[in-house]
Amino acid sequence: MSVMRFREAVRAAMIEEMERDSRVYLIGEEVGHYQGAYKVSEGMLERFGEKRVIDTPITESGFTGISIGAAMVGLRPIVEYMTWNFSAVAFDQILNNAAKLRQMSGGQLHVPIVFRAPNGSAKQVGSQHSHSMEHFYAHVPGLKVLAPATPADAKGLLKAAIRDDDPVLYMESETLYGVKGEVPEDPDFVLPMGVANVAREGTDVTIVSWSRMVHVSLEAANALEKEGISAEVIDLRSLRPLDEESLVRSVHKTHRAIVAHEGWPYGGVGAEVADRIQRLAFDDLDAPILRVTTRDVPMPYNAKLEQYVIPQAPRIVEAAKKVLYRA
Amino acid sequence: MAKVLDLPKLSPTMEEGQIAKWHKKEGDAVAVDDLLAEVETDKATMEYRSFDKGTLLKILAPAGSVVRLGEPVAILGTPGEDISNLAPGSSVHNAPAAAPGAAPEQSAPVAAAEPASSVGASGWIKASPYVRKLAREQGLDLVSVAGSGPNGRIVARDLSNAKPAKQAVSSETKTPTAAIAPRVESAGALAEPEARPLSMMRKAIARRLTESKQTVPHFYLTIDVDADALHNLREQINQDLASQGENAPKVSFNDLIVKACATALGRVPECNAQFTNDAILVHRRVDISVAVSVPDGLVTPVVRNADRKNVLSISAEVRDLAARAKAKKLAPEEMSNGTFSISNLGMYGIDAFAAVINPPEGAILAVGQVRREPVVKGDAVVPGRKLAMTLSCDHRVIDGAVGASFLRVLRQILEHPTQILLQ
Repeated sequence: MSVMRFREAVRAAMIEEMERDSRVYLIGEEVGHYQGAYKVSEGMLERFGEKRVIDTPITESGFTGISIGAAMVGLRPIVEYMTWNFSAVAFDQILNNAAKLRQMSGGQLHVPIVFRAPNGSAKQVGSQHSHSMEHFYAHVPGLKVLAPATPADAKGLLKAAIRDDDPVLYMESETLYGVKGEVPEDPDFVLPMGVANVAREGTDVTIVSWSRMVHVSLEAANALEKEGISAEVIDLRSLRPLDEESLVRSVHKTHRAIVAHEGWPYGGVGAEVADRIQRLAFDDLDAPILRVTTRDVPMPYNAKLEQYVIPQAPRIVEAAKKVLYRA
Repeated sequence: MAKVLDLPKLSPTMEEGQIAKWHKKEGDAVAVDDLLAEVETDKATMEYRSFDKGTLLKILAPAGSVVRLGEPVAILGTPGEDISNLAPGSSVHNAPAAAPGAAPEQSAPVAAAEPASSVGASGWIKASPYVRKLAREQGLDLVSVAGSGPNGRIVARDLSNAKPAKQAVSSETKTPTAAIAPRVESAGALAEPEARPLSMMRKAIARRLTESKQTVPHFYLTIDVDADALHNLREQINQDLASQGENAPKVSFNDLIVKACATALGRVPECNAQFTNDAILVHRRVDISVAVSVPDGLVTPVVRNADRKNVLSISAEVRDLAARAKAKKLAPEEMSNGTFSISNLGMYGIDAFAAVINPPEGAILAVGQVRREPVVKGDAVVPGRKLAMTLSCDHRVIDGAVGASFLRVLRQILEHPTQILLQ
């Protein structure tokens, strides 16, 4: 074990996999000479050279399409976007090529590719740069979507994504990059996709979350504990495939569930989680499932308004009390 | 000036009523004494007539809703009047008439004013799925559980409040559940029972009889009287009545027994008594409650001063009361303040049974059917008729010997039944 920051864990996963498999390469804007827009790929150009750490122009659709093509013919690209917001420019490539080629070619082709970037809100980057894109992509059959919250999960899941033979979308977070945690050094430390983690055990209410919001949920759970409420925090880690079993197991114990995530309330992964729970654990529910989400507006630039719109711990506390009928 | 109409007390014992039907709709003009609505109380369906005149501006308690005494059911006023500050929520649970102009735009949902009843108008019980599962597993009846969640929803904590035996609910169920796992599985496949919502009458019966059996120390005395003479007398009376005309009334055994009991109570007034915490009240009137079966349960209309009425008038009165009871048209005062009850299941072929005392009365007589059977007359066994009766006594009022002396007098009257006619 060694203590690493989130960004270092992501980098370690890429380096280990690139050393393990020469077909793996990194491509994106500023990944090479600038050392990465968020310094995730720092030192990698020097280590692997320009053929495997490739700087691109501002052409998301172009380098996404090139990489999908490369994956179809045997390479294993890691495509970095400066943020997931800019993947919207490449949406057609991801939706219509990466996700569908295996099925449309009758299994003759497959696309072993990883798309990765910071996701969700940062600090005052405005409404066009604050999207939570996991909700859009988790909608699509043929794509896997991962959203780790800790350095260890970041490493273990990114390695799993790189080794997977189909497209995997990997959500990081600008405000998570500095988070530290213990990370296994074993080069074969690979976590299974589709398995949630109980970030905190509890008995009274289940808080389902992922990525940065896991930390906000843990903050809420600490506040709830002071009021005598024992909250269990489930870190989904993988949004598609979704670990139904962990959800059901937890709700079977707590009988109340809330989902806390960034991104708008209409539809989305939180709604999907609520659907699974009500369908698979209906008889265990003592209250309707509530969601704590980014409010249903484009992100404001004003710092105070932005904080008001992004889910904060007090809103999670409030929702937890509501499903416990204590509000 | 608009005013809120509250649910008035329409029967002496009602605590809540269910709006059976509105006879006025919003916008209708209402005159004093106009029929506003019919309200199902614990006793009967009562008419709710207006004390005021005006226009019915708003119905707050639609048909089917259960309203507690004094809670708002409608708003009466003049058309176009602003009634927003009379809206439910401001008038019911909050401080009355606090600030007349306060926040009228606060759109308090109608539901907020309703009492937190867990049983909706349709009879559907509002309970969380988890509560339903616990109720299935533990055989709990949710009807009696008060819901503390939104709109009266029954939530898990309401069960643990109601049942201190919480270990049956949570973690410790795991072992027993595992032990009987196969049975639980097959229980899941059982057909759900049909849930019939409780009517107001059924609730009243449940409450009063439970109270009686739990708080009144019952004991029982049974006699089996020779009913030959009673039978012959009844035949004679009905023959004579029939000869008077086609539509002549008929006298039933029960009519004769009501009169015989009234006579016996006159002679043994200690059995015409009720218990209170301060004193035993020995009644100076003989008002006999007669249990009458109605579609939804039973009621006990009262024959007043039965000791001073003859058999024919008692017979006519019982017939009239029973008919109106079945039509739910009895007034509450016709069903309260009896001093002694008679319950007769003879017409259903019952030989003998014991009845639950109808509080606050001190005793009830359970009457079976007149049975044809061999009886010993002198030294011979001959065909005869017998009639079994069981007196349930409140031991706080009536001791064994007193109850026995009443039954001895009653037997003497029934076996020499001309006394029934002479009193």
